[in-house]
Parts: sequence; structure tokens; C-alpha cells
Amino acid sequence: MIQASPSVAARNIGRGGQDPSRHPGLNLHPHDGEAHEEAEELVFGFWVFLMSDLIIFSMLFATYGTMLDALAGGPGPHQLFELSSAAMETAVLLVSSFTFGMASLAMKYRQSVGQTSFWLAVTLVLGLIFLGLELHDFADMIAKGGTPSRSGWLSACFALIGTHGLHVTTGCLWIAVMLVQLKVFGLDTGVKTRLLRLGLFWHFLDIVWVGIFSVVYLLGLAP
Amino acid sequence: MTSFLFGKLGYGALPFYSAIATVAASMVVLGAIGVVAFITYLRGWKALWTDWLTSVDHKRIGIMYIVVSFVMLARALAEAMLMRAQQVAGYQSPGFLPPEHFAQLFTTHGTIMIFFMAMPFLIGLYNFVMPLQIGARDVSYPLMNSVSLAFTTAGAMLMMVSLCIGKFSTGGWSGYPPYTELAFSPDVGVDYWIWALTLSSIGNTMTGVNFAVTIYKKRAPGMHLFRMPLFAWTALCVSILMIFAMPPLTVATLMLAMDRYLDMHFFTNTDGGNMMNYINMFWLFGHPEVYILILPAFGVYSETVSTFSSKTLYGYTSLVWATISIAVLSFTVWLHHFFTMGQNGNVNAVFGIATMLIAIPTGVKIFNWTLTMFRGRIRMTVPMLYASAFMILFAIGGSTGVMLANPGFDYQAHNTLFLVAHFHNMLIPGLLFGMLSGYHYWFPKAFGFRLHEGWGRTTFWCWCLGFIFAFMPLYALGALGMPRRSQEYFEGAYLPYAIVAMFGALIIGFAMVAMIVQLYVSIKDRAATNVFVGDPWDGRTLEWSVSAPPPEYNFAILPEVGGRDTFFADKRHGRAYRIPQHYEPIEMPANSPLGFIVCVDMGVTGFALTWHIWWLTIGGLLVFAIAIIARSFNRHTKRIISTAEIRETEKRWIEAFQFEPAIPVEDEVTNLNRGLARIPAE
Repeated sequence: MIQASPSVAARNIGRGGQDPSRHPGLNLHPHDGEAHEEAEELVFGFWVFLMSDLIIFSMLFATYGTMLDALAGGPGPHQLFELSSAAMETAVLLVSSFTFGMASLAMKYRQSVGQTSFWLAVTLVLGLIFLGLELHDFADMIAKGGTPSRSGWLSACFALIGTHGLHVTTGCLWIAVMLVQLKVFGLDTGVKTRLLRLGLFWHFLDIVWVGIFSVVYLLGLAP
Repeated sequence: MTSFLFGKLGYGALPFYSAIATVAASMVVLGAIGVVAFITYLRGWKALWTDWLTSVDHKRIGIMYIVVSFVMLARALAEAMLMRAQQVAGYQSPGFLPPEHFAQLFTTHGTIMIFFMAMPFLIGLYNFVMPLQIGARDVSYPLMNSVSLAFTTAGAMLMMVSLCIGKFSTGGWSGYPPYTELAFSPDVGVDYWIWALTLSSIGNTMTGVNFAVTIYKKRAPGMHLFRMPLFAWTALCVSILMIFAMPPLTVATLMLAMDRYLDMHFFTNTDGGNMMNYINMFWLFGHPEVYILILPAFGVYSETVSTFSSKTLYGYTSLVWATISIAVLSFTVWLHHFFTMGQNGNVNAVFGIATMLIAIPTGVKIFNWTLTMFRGRIRMTVPMLYASAFMILFAIGGSTGVMLANPGFDYQAHNTLFLVAHFHNMLIPGLLFGMLSGYHYWFPKAFGFRLHEGWGRTTFWCWCLGFIFAFMPLYALGALGMPRRSQEYFEGAYLPYAIVAMFGALIIGFAMVAMIVQLYVSIKDRAATNVFVGDPWDGRTLEWSVSAPPPEYNFAILPEVGGRDTFFADKRHGRAYRIPQHYEPIEMPANSPLGFIVCVDMGVTGFALTWHIWWLTIGGLLVFAIAIIARSFNRHTKRIISTAEIRETEKRWIEAFQFEPAIPVEDEVTNLNRGLARIPAE
């Protein structure tokens, strides 16, 4: 793809002797050239998409909020939730955001396919652990009689947490695809901007999870 | 009764439950066969594939959107006429439509008109015009644009299939639970409705993102936001509305689906379900949707009124701010759709006042258009006729809107035909007239020849008078207390009005016929009405500064913008039609079959979901994922248009504007018009 001209690039040597202008899409420097502009358009659009995705989660949160008392005689949070498990999921997801950050840094400063792939793989594993824990939670709730069809509250609960889980699943699939693309293409502009967007997506899911942890688990288990 | 292979699908799904259903289904099938035969006759399959189905050109995608819209308009109009006829026949008699079929008709009519006529029409116009107006070569995400079209079309296909296989929902276009829950609507009708809506709303969300980013990022140098044509401004506001208003609909329909498919309890009567959640979410979408529908028409009128009055738009800044205010206020009024559903009086008062506030910016707009016309050089062309009829009729609709915004009055009128009259009064002059005005206005730009003026006038008068006859009586009927969606009634006072309304519907039917004739006649006479130079109406904005139809890359050299009404100013100051010294190669997106694959795949998946055919559903979703992933590995997504090719394309156009005669605006509807407007002396 189009890269900044060598003379411009030479002036923009960043930390560690690496050239930040070769990492388009972040507002690192005003001289990233056309590649930067192209990347900016993609990343900005992705932000806009995330805003509309956030509306989906707001609707789910609002529904959940209105259905706190819709237990219909079924089990409630105290009977169904395990705070330790939810806390572990939170920890795993937060760490996965950190490891994704490491992947981004490896991409930006090291320009290293190997290190980027390594940190992405770690993120993927953590994402899968998160999903495993979540599925375990769901199975546990169902075993205790808390099926999604038991009450309005449980429907809302499963829909909210499940939608987040579905997003994480998509994110995991996306990471897997990116690992293959890193192998095939290396760190070309297409891969870089895609990783940038994947990063936004992944951190966004972290934020939504913090909301779920606070509203569903902490609020639900508060005495 | 579900099998692995066919789910709930069986012989019972064939449309033999009533003669009308059989005829309608046959018409769909025959129509499809006819289209296939016609394309084969023209030997058009290859061109259809390379020029249209795989195209990511915003202009072609826009045209395809509008084609979808016209097909769906024809169907929904036929349904409307049937319903009006039934309401004449249904006085003290069952009439010819059984209640269940009548209920299907008002559901499909509403669903189609909103999601598959209005939305594709306005998105199509924006697609075609907006990038040209802001001086861009394409939208920000051309491929996503074709995928958005794919989702919308898949939804439309599902609507057409529902006519042939199985029955449609009887729950109205808004599909209120608990009636649409499994307990009360056990057949697949509601499922058709759910998936058609879900598909189209996903497509619309993507369009919103795409257009908003295009406007933020792709404007030509110098095209500041406050130099954008009003139509582009409404595109921005509409896009933002779509980004925020479509997701609530997606969530609401998917929750309803979870209730129906997974036995959940979001909106059921039992086990803690709460149908008000649905109604809140539906109208969180539904009210902004009203403005998604109406703002594009405001945009069109702003262009046509200014062009055909030969005057700069009066009060540009106030029009922009009015547009923004309407967009913002539209999110604050959704509760007026359920004034009577039991919230306290103060809530109703707040939402009633918020609703009435919208009349203020709308009034600002009407005054601005009127003052644009004041002392202008007005030419009553077809687009202008629509604009004028709109201003009068819309004011009536607006007044009845303010009436309904008063909760006290709403308690009287909420479930009567008064309401039906009101929203048709807003949507036909406000949306459809706007779209038709835009259709006549930009048609020469899209195809290089003008539409037949005489047939255009005939169409207009049929639409206008038909609308008045069809909907003004409904105000009276509503005031008399006739409930909406009545299939049969016993009140003699209703009958005369119902007859007048049916007469109106008949005239609207003629309008549709006249439109088809107009298209046929215009295509036949296209050599005489050719406007290749591209400026048949002495236009003011950038889209008129290129040839008609515009080249794939829109602008050989991206324009520099120095103010509003750029092209008009350029013509005045002799800067228009300058021949560039040299050209540079242009990078454009390459064709892609992804949109077509997604369209077929999502149509099939929607069908499979509707009929509980799980293997096909999973297969469809897998194909979707594989197609997207496979595409992400494609590194040859661009193609370069060479300088030689550009020079060749531009040469033809340059010769045209050098040798065609310039005509004064008085002659613009005659065959003298070759697309080059004469600049009058100051």
C-alpha cells in the first residue's frame, strides 16, 4: 500500500529506532501521509460502529434493569450467582485486554510478527478461558433451575451476558483469523489497521463486561 | 409437525387458502419468471452480473435500491387498494377478505411501505447523490455499501416469498406482543416479519455508519460542513439517526424471536414478561424512524425549490439548525406512541410538549422554502409541483400532529382512522412526494436523459388528488370513531367516506400506472431528451458539474469548493467546464461478488429460520462467516483507472459541452434541452 515517502519517514524515527509513521491509524504524528488518512477513515468508522453496538448493550442493560423483580417465583441472583467465578472471569478478561495491549505495542514498536502473534495467541487463550468459565456459569445456573425460560429476569440475564459472550466469541474468531493473516501477510497495512480495529473491539468488550460485572453480579449479590 | 429436512414447511404452506392469496402468489411467481425471461431476451446476464450485481459503485447501488423500492411500492399499493375496497364491501357484510387475510394485508402494507419502499428509496437517493454533492469519488466503505443493499434486498425477498409460501404476520407493522407471541400467533407469520425486519435493520445500521463517515471524511477540499448542500446535511442527520435508532429495533425483534424460539419471557403475559419493554424499544426506533423518513424529503425539497426558483436557498443556516434540532428532538418524543398505556399524566405532558416542539423547526423550514420561492424565477416543473403540494398538505398533516400530541385529544383518537389519516398525511406528501420529486430531479443525472414531462404531470396529479381523496375522509372517519384496521363494520355513517377513500385509492393506482408508462415513454424517447452534458436544470450543486450519467470515478479532478452553491457560482464566474491540463490515475474499488453472496445467503437463512430448518440456518450462517473471512484475505480489492482511460472518457464529455447549445431555463422541459444551461446576465 501507499507508505509515507522515505524523507518523511526518516524525520519521524520514534522510540527504539522504529518508525512510528509505519504504523498508520493512530494519531501518533501529523506526517503519516496517505496511509494514515486511509487508516483513520477505517478506524473512525469502527468507532461509529461501536457506538451503535453500545446502543444494543444499553437496550439489554435497560431491559435487565426493568426486569430485576421479574423472578416469577423462580430463583434469583443469590441462588444462582457465584461471585468467585464472575470475579475470575473479570480478571481473565482484564488481563486479556492487557495482553492485547502488549500485542499492539509489539506491532507498533517492534514491528515483530512473532511477538505480535505471541501476545495475540495469549489473548486468544484468555478469551477462550473466559468463554469456558462463562459456559460453566451458565451450566451451573441451569443446573440450579435457573434456565433462560424460567423467568423474565433470567431471560434478560442470559440475553445480556450471552450477547457479550457472543461478541467475545466473534472476537476470538477474529483473533484466530488475524493470527493466520499475520502468518500470510506479515505486518502490512491491511493487517495493521485490522488489528487496530480488533483492539478497539476487544477493549470495548472489556468495558461492557465491567458494566455487566457491576450491574448483574455485584448489584445482584449485594445484601 | 417439524421434520429435520423441511422444518415446519409442508404442503399446507401453499397459498390456496383464498383466491386472492393464490392470485397474488401467482403474480409474484409470474413476475419473477417474466424478469428472468426479459433479461435472457436482452442477453443481459453477463452485464447484469458485472455492471450491477457485483458492482460496488455507489451510483449503481443507489439505483438498485430504488428499483427494489419501486417493486415493493407496487405490491404495497395493490394491498392498500384491496383494503380500501374491503372497507367499502365490509359494511354489514364480511366482504371479500376474511379477517385474517385483511390483517395480513395491513401488516405487510405497513412493513413494506416503511422498510422496503421508503427506506430503500431514500437510501438509494442518498447513495446516488450524496457522494457527488460533497465532491467525493465514492462512499467510505464501498463493499459494505453493497452488503447493506444485500441485507435490505434479502429482507425484501423474504417479504415476497411470504406471499407464496405460508402466511404473514397479522400483528401490524409494529408487531406488538403479547399478540405476536407464540401463544397468540403460533404460525410462522410473525417469524417472517421478525427476520425481514431484522435483516433490513442490520443493512440500515451499516448504511448509517457508512454515510456518516463518508460525510465526515470524504468531503472535497473546501467543502466545510456549513457549505454542504442541504440534502447532504439531511444525509448526515439521517445517518446519525440510523446509527442510534436501528439497534433498538434489532434488539426488540431479536428478543421477540428469543421468546418465540427459545421459550424466553421478555414480552410474554406470564413468567415476568413485560410487553412495555418491547413497546418502548420499538418506538425508541420507531419515532426517530419517522424523521429518518421525512428529513430526506426535506433535503430534496431544499434542492428543488432553490433550483427551480433560480434562487439561493433562503436562510441556509436556519435550515441546517432546524434539521439538527429535528434530529435531536426526534429521540425525545417516542412515548407519544403510547399515551394511553397507563403512565402518569406528568409523563404524558412532558412527552406531549416535546412532541409539539418539533413543529417549530419544521415550521422554520416551510417558511424558508416559501421565502426561497418569493420573488424567484419559479418554474413549475414536476419536482416543483411535488414540492408545492407538499408544503400545503404537510401543513395540514402537521396541524393534526399537534392535535394528536395533546394527550387529551389522543385518548379520543388514538386507535381510530384519524391516526391513520395523520401519518399517511405526513408520509405521502412528506416522504413519497419528496422521493418522487427527487426521482424526477436526479433521473437525468443518473441515466443521461429526462423523464417525460407530460406523464410526470399526470402522475403528480394522480398522486396528489388520489392522496386527498383517499386520506382526507379518514380524518372524518376517525372523528366519527371508526377504529383502524376494521375489516367489517355496521355503522352506516362510515360508508360514504369509505367510498370516497376507495375512489382516492383508485386514483393512486392510476398514478402507479402512469409512472410505469412514463418510464416506458421516456426510455423510448431517450435520444430526444438526452442531457449528456449533465446540467439540465441550471443546477447549483456539485453533482450537476459532471456528465450524465457521471463517470465511474465521479470527478476526473476533485473539485475545490469555495462556498455554497459551488457549481452555480463557478458558472457565473466562468470557472465551470474548465478543461484540466493533465489527469492522474484514479484508484477505485474493484467489483466483488460478496454482496450478491450475502444477499442470497441471508435470504435463505431468513427463510430457514422462519421455517425452523436448522441445518440450513447453521449452513447459511457458516457461509456468511466464511464469505466475510475469505474476503478479508483478498489483497486485490482496488483497481487503477489509467490516465488514458480517463482522458478518453472526459474527451467525449468535453466535446459535448463545447458543441451542445446552451438553453435558457424557460426551455428546460423542451427537447432543446441538451443538458447545458445558459447563464443569464446578472
